[in-house]
Amino acid sequence: MIKEILARIKQGYRTLPFPFEKIKLSERYKGYPKLDFSNLKESEIEELLSVCPNSCIYKDAGKINLDLGNCTFCAICEKKLPQAVKFSKDWSMAFSSREDLILSQDTKKKSYVLREEIRKLFGRSLRLRQVSAGGCNACEADCNVLGTPAFDMGRFGIQFVASPRHADGILITGPVSENMYTALIKTYRAVPDPKIAIAVGACAIGGGIYRNLPKVKGISEEINIDLYIPGCPPNPITILDALLRFIGRIK
Amino acid sequence: MKDFITGNLEEIEFLDRDVFVKRLSGELSLGAGVLSYFSVKYKEGIKLFVFLLKKSGEIEFFSCKADSKMPSLTPFYPQLHLFEREISEKTGIIFEGHPLPNPVRYENGLTASSGSYFKVQGNEIHEVAVGPVHAGVIEPGHFRFQCLGENVFHLQIELGYQHRGIENAVISVDKKRMLPMIETAAGDTSIGHAWTYAKITEALCEVQISKRASFLRGAALELERLANHIGDLGALSGDVAYLPTANFCGRIRGEILNITALLCGNRFGRNFIIPGGVEYDVDDKLIKEIMSRLDSAYEDAVSAISLLWERKTVLDRFEKTGIVSLEKALKLRLVGPAGRASGIDCDLRKIFKSEPYEDFESEPLTLNGDVFSRAYIRWMEIKKSYKLIKNWLSRLPQGEITLEIGPFKKNSFALALTEGWRGEICHVCFTDDKGEISFYKIKDPSFHNWQGLAMALRNAQISDFPLCNKSFNLSYCGHDL
Ligand code: SF4
Ligand code: SF4
Repeated sequence: MIKEILARIKQGYRTLPFPFEKIKLSERYKGYPKLDFSNLKESEIEELLSVCPNSCIYKDAGKINLDLGNCTFCAICEKKLPQAVKFSKDWSMAFSSREDLILSQDTKKKSYVLREEIRKLFGRSLRLRQVSAGGCNACEADCNVLGTPAFDMGRFGIQFVASPRHADGILITGPVSENMYTALIKTYRAVPDPKIAIAVGACAIGGGIYRNLPKVKGISEEINIDLYIPGCPPNPITILDALLRFIGRIK
Repeated sequence: MKDFITGNLEEIEFLDRDVFVKRLSGELSLGAGVLSYFSVKYKEGIKLFVFLLKKSGEIEFFSCKADSKMPSLTPFYPQLHLFEREISEKTGIIFEGHPLPNPVRYENGLTASSGSYFKVQGNEIHEVAVGPVHAGVIEPGHFRFQCLGENVFHLQIELGYQHRGIENAVISVDKKRMLPMIETAAGDTSIGHAWTYAKITEALCEVQISKRASFLRGAALELERLANHIGDLGALSGDVAYLPTANFCGRIRGEILNITALLCGNRFGRNFIIPGGVEYDVDDKLIKEIMSRLDSAYEDAVSAISLLWERKTVLDRFEKTGIVSLEKALKLRLVGPAGRASGIDCDLRKIFKSEPYEDFESEPLTLNGDVFSRAYIRWMEIKKSYKLIKNWLSRLPQGEITLEIGPFKKNSFALALTEGWRGEICHVCFTDDKGEISFYKIKDPSFHNWQGLAMALRNAQISDFPLCNKSFNLSYCGHDL
C-alpha cells in the first residue's frame, strides 16, 4: 500500500482547473475560425471554394459559407488563404442547431441556448450511452478521457453508462454506417423518455471525412439532435465544455 | 532493407490457377506470412494477388486468374481465413473447404446476425450474444460465446458494423480526400496509416524524403505507440480493479496525445504526415518543450506502471489468463505486440531497419502469450519508444521537411509496410496507364489479430473477456474499413 501512496503523492492532483479557469491548448491547436472574405480576388475565391477536402466551403445565394459541422480543422484553407480563414485558439464550441454551424463572414459566434427543461431534468445528473457508428474511434477516445482524473466529468454528475435503459440520452459519434443504422435507432428507442441526443464530431454531424460515401447513411430523422459538438475529433475540453453548457453548469 | 517495394505491374508473375495455389501453399509451409492477399476485378475477369513476407525478410508476390471456385487453403494455413472470406465477399468466388465462409464486413445489406455461427450443443450449454452496441464507450462488434457455466468453449467474433467503404472511396473521390480518409482507417493509428500511405506515394514517384522528415515521422509514430500502450496498461489495470495505475495512466496517455498536438495541433497526429515529408516543422524551443514534457510524462508512467508488476492482485489476474500459445499464434500469424507476446519475433522495425530505424534492436523475450505477456511487452516497448524519440529529437538533422511529389509511375504497383503500435500495417496500391491510383488495399494489423482474441478465450472464463479484449485492444474500424 505504501508504494501506492507514494505514487499518488508523486503523481499529484491533476484535475484541470476547468471550468473555473480558462485552459490554454497547444500553440498549433485550431479552434473556432474567424472569416473574412471581403478582400478576396475572384481567383482567390475560386481557390477557396475548391480547396477543402470535405467541401465545407461553398457559395450559397452569393454568400460564402463555411460549414463548421463538417470541418475537420485541417487548416488547409487557412494555409492557402490566411487572409480569409484564421483559426483561433477558442475551443468552446457547443451549438443547439445545425444552422448555427454554418458560418459566414458576418456570423457572430452563436452560443448554446440553454433549455430550461434540460437544466431542470439533467442539470445535476446526466447519464449517457455512447453509440459509435462507423467513425474512426478517435471521437470515442476523446469522450472516454473525460472519465480520467484530468477532466473528471463525474464531478459534474455526467457519466457514460453501459445500457441505454439506464441512460438519459445517447451521444453519437461516427457518420452512421449502413450496418449501424438500425442498431443506432434501436439503442435510441431503448432510452426512456424524456431523452436527448448529442452529435459529437464532424462525422456524426454531417458525415465529415466520409461525407456522401455510399456506405454512409447519417443519423436517422427519428433522432432529434439537441447538441452539436464539432471537431475531428473535438478536443476533450470542447466536449466537456459543451456538455456543461448543455446542462446549464456553464453559462 | 526497404520497407516498401514498387515495380511495373507486369513484374508481378502471372501464374496458372493451380500453380498459384501450389506456390502459395509451398511458401506458407516454409513459414512465409501473408502481407496482403486480395482480388482485383478486370474486364477479362478476376485476378488474385498475394504478397508474402518470407522468413528471410524478402517480399515475394505473384498472381493468377481466379476461377469461380478455388480450393480453400485455410484448413492448412489458418492465417488465410479472413483473406479468403474477404475475397469471397467481394467477388463471389467460393473457397471450397473454408470452415466458416461468412462475409467479413457484411457489405451487401446483410447483418452479422445473418452469418452462420458455430454452435456447441448439450444440455447445459448456453450461448451469450453481445453487441453490436456493447460495454462502454467502444466501437460496435458482435461476440458470441458458447459456454458451459463460466467456461467458454468457443467465441465467434463477427464485425463489419464500422464498414464505411474507405478502400472503394479513396479511388473514387477527389484526390484531396484521400489522405484524410486513410488517416482515419483507424483513428488511433492515424500516424501509422498516414506514414504507410506516404511511403506508397513516395515509392510511386521515387522520392526519398529528408532525414529530418523521417526523424520527425518516427517521433510521431513512437508517440502514437506510447500513448496507446500507456492507455491500454491503464485500462487493463482498471479491468482488474486496480485503480491507482488505471487513473494515472489515463491521464498520462492524454498528456502524450497533447505532446503530439504540439507537433500539429491534433491529438491524434492528423495532418502531420503528408506525401513528401511532414506538414509542420519544429524549432529548438518546441523541441525543448516536447522533450521536457515527454520526460515528465515518462517519469510518471514509470511510477504508475511499475506498480503493476509488484501487485499480487494484478499479477494473479494477468498471469495464465487468455493464453495464446506460440503454435496457435504462428498459425494465425499474429502480428505486433500480440504476436511478440506469444513468442514470435515479428517487428518490422527490426526486420527492415528502414530509416529512421537503422539502429533498432529488440531482444526476444520469453513470454507465454497470456494477458501478462501482452501487458508486459507493452511496457518494454514504452521504454524503447521513449528512448527512440529522445534520440531522434536530440540529433535532428537539418533539411527540407517536404519535398515535391511528382506524377506517379504508370501501370505500377507499390506496397508499403509500417510497424504501427498494433503491428504490421500494409498498404498496396496500383496505378493505371495515366499514373492515377486505380486500386488501393489497406490492411490494419487487427485483421490478423482478432482471431487471436477468440483463441485467447478458449477454455477461459467468460468474465475474463474484457481483460483479454483489452490486452489485444484491436481496432474495429481498422478491420471494417
Ligand atoms: S479546416 Fe475545415 S474548412 Fe478548412 S479545409 Fe479543412 S475541413 Fe475544410
Ligand atoms: S469526426 Fe473525425 S475523429 Fe471523429 S470519428 Fe469522424 S473521422 Fe474520426
